[in-house]
Amino acid sequence: MGGKIFAVLVIVIALASAVPIINHTFLGATVAPPEDISTHGAEIDKQLDETMVEAGLSFLAAQLVLGFFVWQFGGKKDGALKNFPGGAKYLVIAALLLVGAEAIALGAIGTKAWAKVYFQPASPDALQIQAQAGQFAFYFRYPGPDGKFGAIHPDKIDEGNSNFFGLDPENDIPARDDITSGELVVPVNKEVHLMMHAKDVGHSFYVRELRIQQDFVPGLDLSVHFTATKIGKYEIVCTQLCGLGHYNMKAYLNVMSQDDFDKWLKAQSQ
Amino acid sequence: MATTLQPPQTDVEQDLRPRDGHGGGFGGLVPERGELRAVAEPKGEPTRTGVWVALAAIAMSFAALTSALYVREGAATDWHHIVLPPILWFNTLALIASSVTLELARRRVAAFMRRQESDRAASLLWLNATLLLGLVFIAGQYLAWLKLRSQGLYLPTNPNSSFFYLFTGVHAIHVLGGLGGLTRVIVKFLSSRWPLRRSTMDAASYYWHFMGLLWIYLLFILWLKL
Amino acid sequence: MSEAAAHVAHHAPPTSFVRKHVFSLDHKVIGKQYYALALVAVLTGMVLSWLMRLHLVWPNAPIPGLQWLSKVGAPGGVMTPEYYLSLMTMHGTLMVFFVLTNAPFAAFGNYFLPIQIGAEDMAFPRFNMMSFWTTFVAFCILVSAFFVGDGPPLAGWTAYAPLSAVGGDSGPGQAVGQTLWGLSIFVFCIASLLGSLNFISTTLDLRTKGMTLARMPICTWAWFITSCISLLAFAVLLPACLLLVLDRVAGTSFFIPSGLNISDHLQPHQGGSPLLWQHLFWFFGHPEVYIAIVPSMGIISHILIANMRKPLLSHKIIVYCMMAIGFLSYMVWGHHMFLSGMNPFSAMVFSFPTLVITIPATIMTLIWLGSLYGSHLRINSASLFSLGFISMFVAGGVSGFFLAQPSIDIYLHATYFVVGHFHMVMGVAAIFGVFAGTYFWFPKMTGRMMNETLGRWHFWLTFIGTYAIFMPFHYLGLAGNVRRYSAFTDDFLVPLIPVHKFITYSALFTGAVQLIFLFNLIYSRFKGPLAPANPWECTSLEWSTPSSPPPFDNFGGQHPVVHHDPYQYGVKSSTGDYLMQTSPERAGETP
Repeated sequence: MGGKIFAVLVIVIALASAVPIINHTFLGATVAPPEDISTHGAEIDKQLDETMVEAGLSFLAAQLVLGFFVWQFGGKKDGALKNFPGGAKYLVIAALLLVGAEAIALGAIGTKAWAKVYFQPASPDALQIQAQAGQFAFYFRYPGPDGKFGAIHPDKIDEGNSNFFGLDPENDIPARDDITSGELVVPVNKEVHLMMHAKDVGHSFYVRELRIQQDFVPGLDLSVHFTATKIGKYEIVCTQLCGLGHYNMKAYLNVMSQDDFDKWLKAQSQ
Repeated sequence: MATTLQPPQTDVEQDLRPRDGHGGGFGGLVPERGELRAVAEPKGEPTRTGVWVALAAIAMSFAALTSALYVREGAATDWHHIVLPPILWFNTLALIASSVTLELARRRVAAFMRRQESDRAASLLWLNATLLLGLVFIAGQYLAWLKLRSQGLYLPTNPNSSFFYLFTGVHAIHVLGGLGGLTRVIVKFLSSRWPLRRSTMDAASYYWHFMGLLWIYLLFILWLKL
Repeated sequence: MSEAAAHVAHHAPPTSFVRKHVFSLDHKVIGKQYYALALVAVLTGMVLSWLMRLHLVWPNAPIPGLQWLSKVGAPGGVMTPEYYLSLMTMHGTLMVFFVLTNAPFAAFGNYFLPIQIGAEDMAFPRFNMMSFWTTFVAFCILVSAFFVGDGPPLAGWTAYAPLSAVGGDSGPGQAVGQTLWGLSIFVFCIASLLGSLNFISTTLDLRTKGMTLARMPICTWAWFITSCISLLAFAVLLPACLLLVLDRVAGTSFFIPSGLNISDHLQPHQGGSPLLWQHLFWFFGHPEVYIAIVPSMGIISHILIANMRKPLLSHKIIVYCMMAIGFLSYMVWGHHMFLSGMNPFSAMVFSFPTLVITIPATIMTLIWLGSLYGSHLRINSASLFSLGFISMFVAGGVSGFFLAQPSIDIYLHATYFVVGHFHMVMGVAAIFGVFAGTYFWFPKMTGRMMNETLGRWHFWLTFIGTYAIFMPFHYLGLAGNVRRYSAFTDDFLVPLIPVHKFITYSALFTGAVQLIFLFNLIYSRFKGPLAPANPWECTSLEWSTPSSPPPFDNFGGQHPVVHHDPYQYGVKSSTGDYLMQTSPERAGETP
């Protein structure tokens, strides 16, 4: 009796778990990645879908077999004991082949998307923007007409006077025309090279729609590059636990047309 | 469900020779032939295995510290070479000498146990010499620390000094543990109530020799990197 | 000396109350002490998780009584964001260290490993006693963080530097609280090393006559393999915690780089590497999760064999798989750090063994499933939780497949997908192993049976409840719900709050269901029906002790001799369809 209850439970739960995956909603909420606005995201999404199919089928198959066997053999007292045909040998071979093949395939295919994001450097004419993460806000800096960033002086940071980066315009010429913004404004379809600087502790840069995530590590010069393909406003959220304001630490990625971006940049310089 | 309430059929060992299974203390120690020269060790005596296991863990810890050193060196450009205090070389000699005296002590103890020697004096001489040399090592390490301090190099001063104090300090703590083990060996050797077993002697010896080898390795790393 | 002298025990039986129940050298008492400590830790951790879930869904609502725990952290009962993170940190630390390392491994392993190999006690009983009390001290240090300074640390159980290393500037709870955390885990590492030392030495040296390594039950193997993993893993965490504490109190800069401006204070540190902490921590951290799961794999295998009345399809392969998992566990730590700023090429290097480690896990699952075929599967609380383990292990394991691929991890890292993954394997599957072990071994440990009806209801409701809690975590992760957030206030996450509400209700319900288990445990201890000597008709040595609970030296002054492996089921014998390992009888024909 108990075996049959278990079998029904496990099969019902397995099927119920699959439903939100298949139709992407759960209790009215959309539970799938948002639309992809990047140039490398398509590969990631494809890989995610393929993995979901393989993992999902494995999950369902295992739960169904478990349920079925417990239904059949739960509480059984008479009849001879039997062994699974072939014993362990075929199961081991099956596991090796199936999982091995899957692992190699996904591992090999997976490098493509990873390579696009991490192995290829930013192109030399990418738009250079610097991002600084600190407890609990992101700030972004554009190099201004001179194309150069001024040096960062941690001891000169003065948030009250909007000197978020600790610039020293008096003594440091490239810093004079640097443009600081609380929003990451970028032109559409243009590669952006984002240099990442951590002011205090570890943070992370995550834009779901861009399929980009990268930690800010204090003491390390890290960067990411991306190209946004759709105009709009998207959330940038911090995903590396950084303190009490972590849940609230966000900024916006504002993707504009090239014209609008040029106008915006010009307006900032004034 | 079983319906029987009797203990299931069990075969028991007919050999009821007394055994004791662990490292000393508490009753159950039976002297051989009624004399307190040596204590029969049961088969499967775990003390030796135990010390190898412990040494594996200690080695792993120092491996982690070594990798921390290498990573830290590569992380920034503030690696300021320090001069190793010369007393370290003397300390090394003392530690190596203590391993030699320990081996001599072991042979004497074994001879005593086999009744080839009549009293404990020679064994004790070498055991105490080992202890003394161990203490000399510790004192010498402390002097090395004082030397660094006199140069203004403290634990947080720079990464090199940090690792120097860290490596030598952690090693010294383990050496103190080893000295405790050797003291225990001496106490048991002298005791009639809790006589010394060969595995206890062996375990303390392996540990002590390992501390010596570990020190040579650490000294090499310190010399190479700091 | 008389050859026929009366057998002298491993160590003399204790006489005083303190020696019998408090500072006991008896591995059985120590095992029960670990179990009790794990029980206190899991109840505390569970309450913390309720507080967290309540806050996530109703962040501005006061929680009655919370202000007594912390006036600053929860003024008027309303939890502050920092206090949420502190509770989260303590939840993780308690659960991973004091529950998952203690219960399946230290508690059951201490109790049953010596008996299952026919020994009178562990190899080093005094070290064993020390290992428990050191664990207890570590627990006290950790819990004291609730009551000192500005409260417990908020850096998570992973305590990433520099947040965890710089001291009070980085946030509330980061002064005294974080140092106490570092000290507590440092002490815990020492305790754990002492325990592993005992397990390894005992298994290698104290097996009774006829008990070859091949004849050890699977759960004995699991504890042995776990202790090997644990020895090397905790040996790395120990110096890591030392370095962390030195950075915090001695002004060193192992993990803290220069130029940090935290809360307008320029930090004096120079040149350290936050990634160094991550490498050291995860080099321990990944084997740690296998320390959490491997004992339960062994326990449920043991229980299923007894309840299927037939051996698994291959025990050797299960043992080899556990060894392979243990070995591979040391090669994959970087998969926690794909996006950490380490060399992106190394992501590929770590991804491959991470994917490969699914192979032994899959083999084990297929063998468990295949063994059910053709069995006479007995359904009882212990076997239900063992079957539930298989279901949960698969559910939690498949999500790992996603996270093992760096490109997918770009999207799923630090989302609830990860949280769902590790809760299912550690928080549910491993705990199901503990539940199964409890129902199975309670008769041997206490001489009484637990109530079967309550046990089954405990299972049904917990099985449904834990799926209801943790399956939706994966959906949230796919939607991009970031983890370690104390509230969901932005436009993107607000629509997901109904899912969180569902989870919170499920969590409160499932937590309440555990009261059934607690009641059953305590009531049965005193009033449960007396147990037969071998209620499950199991062949291993613990069921051949002369009494339940076993006598002081486990076998009543005798040393058992082992004649069989522990898988003599489905054979014709004078005891029925099984042969005890110690029975000198030969098996008849299979009935």
